[in-house]
Amino acid sequence: MQQKRKNNLGIIGWVCGGRYGADRYAYALHRLTGLGILCYFLMHIFVTGRRLGADGPDKWTQAMEFFQNTVICGLPVFVIGEFLVFLAFIFHAINGIRLIFVELGLLVGKPGLPAYPYSYSTLRQRPVLVGALCVVALLVGVAGADFVHHLWFVE
Amino acid sequence: MSDSSKTVVFEVLRYDPERGEAPHLQEFTVPVTKGMTVLDGLHWIKENKDRTLSWRSSCRMGICGSCGMFINGLPRLACTNQISHLHSDRVVIKPLPNYDIIRDLVPDLEKLFDKHRSVKPYLIRKDQVEQNRPTSEYFQSEEELVNYIQFAYCIKCGLCLAACPTVATSKDYVGPQALTQGWRYLADSRDEGCGEHGEALYSSHGVYRCHFAGACSQVCPKGVDPGLAIQLAKQDAFLKTLGARKPKKASGVTPPVQNWQPRANIPKAPEPTVGK
Repeated sequence: MQQKRKNNLGIIGWVCGGRYGADRYAYALHRLTGLGILCYFLMHIFVTGRRLGADGPDKWTQAMEFFQNTVICGLPVFVIGEFLVFLAFIFHAINGIRLIFVELGLLVGKPGLPAYPYSYSTLRQRPVLVGALCVVALLVGVAGADFVHHLWFVE
Repeated sequence: MSDSSKTVVFEVLRYDPERGEAPHLQEFTVPVTKGMTVLDGLHWIKENKDRTLSWRSSCRMGICGSCGMFINGLPRLACTNQISHLHSDRVVIKPLPNYDIIRDLVPDLEKLFDKHRSVKPYLIRKDQVEQNRPTSEYFQSEEELVNYIQFAYCIKCGLCLAACPTVATSKDYVGPQALTQGWRYLADSRDEGCGEHGEALYSSHGVYRCHFAGACSQVCPKGVDPGLAIQLAKQDAFLKTLGARKPKKASGVTPPVQNWQPRANIPKAPEPTVGK
């Protein structure tokens, strides 16, 4: 019996979009942001839960001051991290709404007789993906301006 | 072919299970002429450089689906892709990802066919007697045909599974090819096997594992659009749950034609020459 060589792409297969279309990158980013938000959410519950537990509000205030004032290499890393969580949330939410419509079969068109050059569902819903990305960019732009203003000009 | 002055470097992944070496890329300089396909290039290598190079191919015209390969970063059929259309002086060819490699560019497609079988890809009728010994045809309108004919164009090349990011991480996922074929029969007005096809289609490794990366539809060489079929299958299940879908009534048998006569100008069939 000849030995077959395993060739499954594994995690690389869904993280790397390669030469596939924009939807493939949106797929990878949706999963990554989902995992990021989940990690943040678990930490958030842990930290917030401590206020309700034995530690009390003093520890909570201490923790918040630590996150606000910790600076590494001149950067407020936890504040920037909070902004990244916001970016992930915005992308995941807006793209998630697009995916709900797509998975309900609303933006992908109807089957027909295939004639070359083929039109396919991914291309038919592409304008909606572009629109969703524009909304994400707009919200991130507004929030980013506010973030920079507070970080460097108010404090 | 060898008169051509233009050359392209083919980087081909080599794997010989008998030697026990790890897969590695081997370079070949191939003279290119107008209209030459990637498959033609592989044939040139086999005829002129290395007779041990292995791949699978047959029809050379995008019908059999045998020559699926990972060419310059995308799963494609080697026979329908011209070298000049790749716009590169380097053609990197690897076996389809997400399948085990048997040798060189030969993937093991057994997984594809197992999953294809799992959706029971054939018409299932309650009237078994009529199905096995038909007395007439099942009725189907043109509108009913359009609901599924696009999905019936699948040539089982397996490119969609190579492109699918969910297949890359989940070995139990039914995959775009089989899910499309399951939906192809569910959408067929003649079919009554909703439960039989749906068992794999709506299982925990079925349509709900697809999150619309769209790569399967992008690489399909026949315009089958697996992404569309999977979303339509989800839509159908959703409408059924809401009770908003009309119950499917399978088409009946067309009545036998009465008092028919063949047209006068139809020539007679020739006498059989075999089996006399």
